[in-house]
Amino acid sequence: MISMADNSIRIEVAGENALIIYFGEKTDPSVSARVQQAVTILETELNGKLIDMVPSYASLLVIYDQLATDHLEVRSTIRKVLNQLSDAVNAEGNLVILPAYYSSESGPDLDALAQRAGLSADEVIKLHSEMEYRVYAIGFAPGFAYLGEVDERIAAPRLSTPRMKVPRGAIAIADRQTAVYPAISPGGWNLIGLCPTRMFDPEAKPTMPVQVGDRIKFNPISRDEFFSLGGELGEIK
Amino acid sequence: MSGFKVIQPGLLTLIQDAGRFGHHRIGLTTGGPLDSLAFKWANRLVDNPMNSTTLEISFGGLVMQAETDAQIVLAGAEMPLKINGVEQDRWHAHKIKAGDKIEVSFSAQGARAYLAVSGGFQVEHSFSSSATVTREGIGGITGEKLQQGDYLHCNPPVEHRGFRLPDEHRPDYFDDISLRVITGYQQQAFSDYQKRLFFSSEYKVTDRADRMGYRLEGPEVKPAIDGILSEGICHGAIQIPADGQPIVLLNDRQTIGGYPKIGSMIAMDTARMAQLLPGSRISFEEISIDDAHNLHCLAHVRFNNTEPEAID
Repeated sequence: MISMADNSIRIEVAGENALIIYFGEKTDPSVSARVQQAVTILETELNGKLIDMVPSYASLLVIYDQLATDHLEVRSTIRKVLNQLSDAVNAEGNLVILPAYYSSESGPDLDALAQRAGLSADEVIKLHSEMEYRVYAIGFAPGFAYLGEVDERIAAPRLSTPRMKVPRGAIAIADRQTAVYPAISPGGWNLIGLCPTRMFDPEAKPTMPVQVGDRIKFNPISRDEFFSLGGELGEIK
Repeated sequence: MSGFKVIQPGLLTLIQDAGRFGHHRIGLTTGGPLDSLAFKWANRLVDNPMNSTTLEISFGGLVMQAETDAQIVLAGAEMPLKINGVEQDRWHAHKIKAGDKIEVSFSAQGARAYLAVSGGFQVEHSFSSSATVTREGIGGITGEKLQQGDYLHCNPPVEHRGFRLPDEHRPDYFDDISLRVITGYQQQAFSDYQKRLFFSSEYKVTDRADRMGYRLEGPEVKPAIDGILSEGICHGAIQIPADGQPIVLLNDRQTIGGYPKIGSMIAMDTARMAQLLPGSRISFEEISIDDAHNLHCLAHVRFNNTEPEAID
């Protein structure tokens, strides 16, 4: 059991109908697992009073219906739930394999990233695809999953000038985070490849192949396999 | 087919219901009306359920042709409403006939008005809402703002009650207003001096003010920290980026972000702010979460207890 005496957990006011729970201060799988556990329990405990929740790296935003409850009741429910969280949390979400076509054709920043890291492109691909990542948060845009953390050797700062157009499926790195762009959008992350799996499809059920807490591994595929899986190169500007 | 043909879409006209809730976990924002009070009145004055689909008209310029008999109402900003060239009262339901031309001109005061039709516009839901969020390409007809030639479907006409809101209950949309803010989030990272500066200064609405957020300009407020681990952003949250200029995040905000936040503006006041045009002046007033809760409940009761006048 963990308790509220554990002063790493804080509940703060976010807005007139929102509280935010801070479970820690840094990216950590066990903290993220606690956030997930709290989401599941609060969904039941606050049934009928919740408007929405936003789990992230180390925090959980709880938005409630002001005509059904108030911050005092929500706080006391949160405190009760925090005391129920077990320490031996199951940090294992579903394992999702995402195919990845790494190349300088599909990832225009691959060579520059490798050069900066003092590695070959193949070594960057190996480091990126051997690591198992965790989905820490979903946001920024529909279906944009923040995955962490990449090997320190391939961490790379955001581009100084963001691109106007990053194609759907772009596999990218920013600092120690990695992600697959779910749709064509502007973006400042370093592009190292393309993934043919749709990360967000409003018509599909489920809409996304991953959820917060899942484990992700990239599986390198060839150019031919990429196209046979329905991949498209898209336009990069 | 019964409905309305869009002859001129105006600068920014969006299909909106009350908003999209419960989908933050896949990164979807809420959308919905920037001024929820005017939106609710629009639906109520044509006797619609509160979540019915309306048009949010920003700044004005909408022209439509009715291809159905119906009642319509315009509530919110002071955009002159004309039916077949004759100016008509706003906050007042009007019976229209197939063939009538409806014009909503540019606003004299305020920025957002809501046009509701009896029975609501019939728009397919995506993720349990018709609300348009152009940044996401979701909602509305194609995820975009209204276009010339779009067709807005309605239910076939039925007997429907219409109302007018007495003048004394109609909100006004003045400039130079004080908006209430609850301190929260990273407020501890702002020194007492920085907080006093924030709450005692005047800020100006910049031209970078849209449905995602209103960027303000005024004395720089600086937190003791640069950034934070990305976290959930609620409606009205006030983030302070490195330049010290506050951004009040609204209906189309991104769901998570990493800038420090000093607190959040209450929804009743984000609605008033969203009626302001660039150049308008505002200031902030601190309020407790308990007082904010009371205000919200009182406003709810007041809305329910205000009886609009029935028309014939």
